[in-house]
Amino acid sequence: MSGLTKKIIAIAGASAFVSSAAIAADLTVVSWGGAYTKSQVEAYHKPWMAKTGKAIVSEDYGGGIAEIKAQVESGNVTWDVVDVELSDAIRACDEGLLEPIDHSILPPAPDGTPATEDFLPGTLHDCAVANIVWSSVYAYDSSKTRNWNKPTTMADFFNTKAFPGKRGMRKSPKVTMEFALIADGVPVSEVYNVLGTEEGVARAFAKLDTIKDDVVWWEAGAQPPQLLADGEVVFSTAWNGRVFNAKNAEGQSFEMVWDGQIYDLDLWVIPKGSKNKEAALDFVAFSTATEQLAAQASWISYGPARASSEARIGTFHSDDSINMADHMPTAAANFKNALQNDFEFWADNADQLNERFNAWLSS
Amino acid sequence: MADSQTAPLEPITAADGTPLKKKLAQALFRSRVRAVSLVVPLFAFVMASFVIPIIALMWQGVYNDRFSSHMPNLTEQLTMWDGLTEPNEKMFEALVADLKTARADRTIGRAATRVNQESPGTRSLFTSTARKAKKLKPPFKESVIKANKKWGNIEVWQAMKITSQDLTPGFYATALDGRYTVDQGFVRQDENRQIYVKLFWRTMLISATVMGLCLLLGYPVAYLLATLPLRTSNLLMIMVLLPFWTSLLVRTTAWIAILQSQGVINDLMVFVGITADDARFSLIYNMTGTIIAMTHILLPFMILPLYSVMKTIPPSYMRAARSLGATPTMAFIKVYMPQTIPGIGAGGLLVFILAIGYYITPALVGGQDGQLISNMIAYHMQKSLNWSLAAALGGILLAGVLVLYWAYDKVIGIDNMKLG
Repeated sequence: MSGLTKKIIAIAGASAFVSSAAIAADLTVVSWGGAYTKSQVEAYHKPWMAKTGKAIVSEDYGGGIAEIKAQVESGNVTWDVVDVELSDAIRACDEGLLEPIDHSILPPAPDGTPATEDFLPGTLHDCAVANIVWSSVYAYDSSKTRNWNKPTTMADFFNTKAFPGKRGMRKSPKVTMEFALIADGVPVSEVYNVLGTEEGVARAFAKLDTIKDDVVWWEAGAQPPQLLADGEVVFSTAWNGRVFNAKNAEGQSFEMVWDGQIYDLDLWVIPKGSKNKEAALDFVAFSTATEQLAAQASWISYGPARASSEARIGTFHSDDSINMADHMPTAAANFKNALQNDFEFWADNADQLNERFNAWLSS
Repeated sequence: MADSQTAPLEPITAADGTPLKKKLAQALFRSRVRAVSLVVPLFAFVMASFVIPIIALMWQGVYNDRFSSHMPNLTEQLTMWDGLTEPNEKMFEALVADLKTARADRTIGRAATRVNQESPGTRSLFTSTARKAKKLKPPFKESVIKANKKWGNIEVWQAMKITSQDLTPGFYATALDGRYTVDQGFVRQDENRQIYVKLFWRTMLISATVMGLCLLLGYPVAYLLATLPLRTSNLLMIMVLLPFWTSLLVRTTAWIAILQSQGVINDLMVFVGITADDARFSLIYNMTGTIIAMTHILLPFMILPLYSVMKTIPPSYMRAARSLGATPTMAFIKVYMPQTIPGIGAGGLLVFILAIGYYITPALVGGQDGQLISNMIAYHMQKSLNWSLAAALGGILLAGVLVLYWAYDKVIGIDNMKLG
């Protein structure tokens, strides 16, 4: 009964999610849309299509593994390759929703270093291969004249006396709570140890309390640049690539503060039961080769997951004066006080902290 | 008297000799079959795409076999365990056996996620121990606790016992800010995690407010639509329908542009001098924004039923009331308004029921205090993937609507409702 029940729900879910299942494609690649998908189309899709002669259909989604789960459980898998966050990749893999990816299919670096050594530590997993490192930072609009000095630290984000005005933050405990602790003086190496205790959670909420009345909460990645451009907020947490894009492709004068940045990975996964598994594996191997990862970096300021790609990062595709390497989360100047998102901590605590976060929000 | 008694009549027959009664029944039957066969596709469609999924989802709210189907040996042991005494060696042995299979089948995450819902922080306990499961040697109790000392914690085992029961009231308990425990039955959730009951009340409150505002704003518009000359009322009708045909997202984002602190309204207020430039009103990303945007979006659902009812009220009634000496107000209250009650009921119920299920608009403009329970349901469907909890929350919402519907039927009567 229950298997049938799940199937019925999953089919209903899948049919609601997927409207373009009918389009015939050799490969369906799903990613986050906007400037990010564009960078992948330019650096991965086009060369792959030229090489293999196969067609890729690119779809957008909003993250999470709900669609993958619905497709796998209904047995109607229409997505072949999906770009997911690390915590989702691990969770989906543990739940048997993904095809394992044999790391031996990944091409070595140009100098012959095997892929398993070339990829940055923690970027290769049983069912997932990372392509980029992205980061949550905060940004401000430097064209608006204000009576304050440039903010430089995470503590400045929470300092409403020296930097009055509204702040944009993502409506999620993830990243928000880490930022609060970093601003409260917790060293980045200690953040998750502190957050793992009851006192640490209370401390993070106490810090958030100090700016609660000044926060505008955002949910979609496209919102922070808009909030900043509209002058709705003076500071906003944001994804670094979005801010970079708003600045260099749309002419906004945004500045990022890298102190206390929290970086994370985006990885390719293949939903279990993909109808084009061979092509999907070939695409994953092709797109995470040194050349392709380096090429993507000239379209968006997300760091490549391979060490050998870093030396090959060029300039911004539309402006030769912008050296992309300086704008990566992993660039030395930006990386000084950085924290890696702890997927295991969030896998354990997301449910509980989300309830507490929502209770806190509405209290 | 005797001659008034007639001999039994010969049954009237049709031209072909069959009794007329039988013939009529046949004809009726055929037309009924035809009528039913026209409805069958729709009925099948509604059953397959709506009724069955809803029942299946509701079933998930009380039934979840994620743990027992992936940890069969341990489930058997946990059923025998009383939940209070120290876990025994057999239970540890079953745990290790199940962890090994689940690790090999890549299903460990499913059972782990299920237990994590009951006892936060246990997910990694499962996944990390499963990685080591192959190397664990008997006596298992000792080696498992050595692998991770959390296994010595009886609360973990109690959480597993709870999750090993397929049929569980646990999700409904969570949806009502409670917890279902082995030893104490239902207990209140920790105060800082209580959120759902509050959201249910807020959803009801916002929906009622939106309904009231829609009635207040929609009634005069519907009256004008019904009474103005056709030329003018047609134009007015287009103005009502045009936003109705516009995409929901477009209308919501339009409100963001209008209401935000650098938006049209605030600019105007600063210009006129009602407020200072640095003390602009917060009209959006809060409950105010949610109510304004939802009222605008749901307004046509109030106006159209009201209009269709008002259209049928002959103007002569009001004139008659006036000629019999009623003041305009009196005539309106005593004669006109009672006749519009079916429209008020229909519009009110429609707006209210649509409002309690609304989630895109609150998600976009709700900010921190304009979130509704539907946003939480969407979160559990799409992000946390706790479909059972989403089903329980949805079940409570559905029950709430049915109670209101029942109350409406008792007070006003459902036959009185008129949608058009």
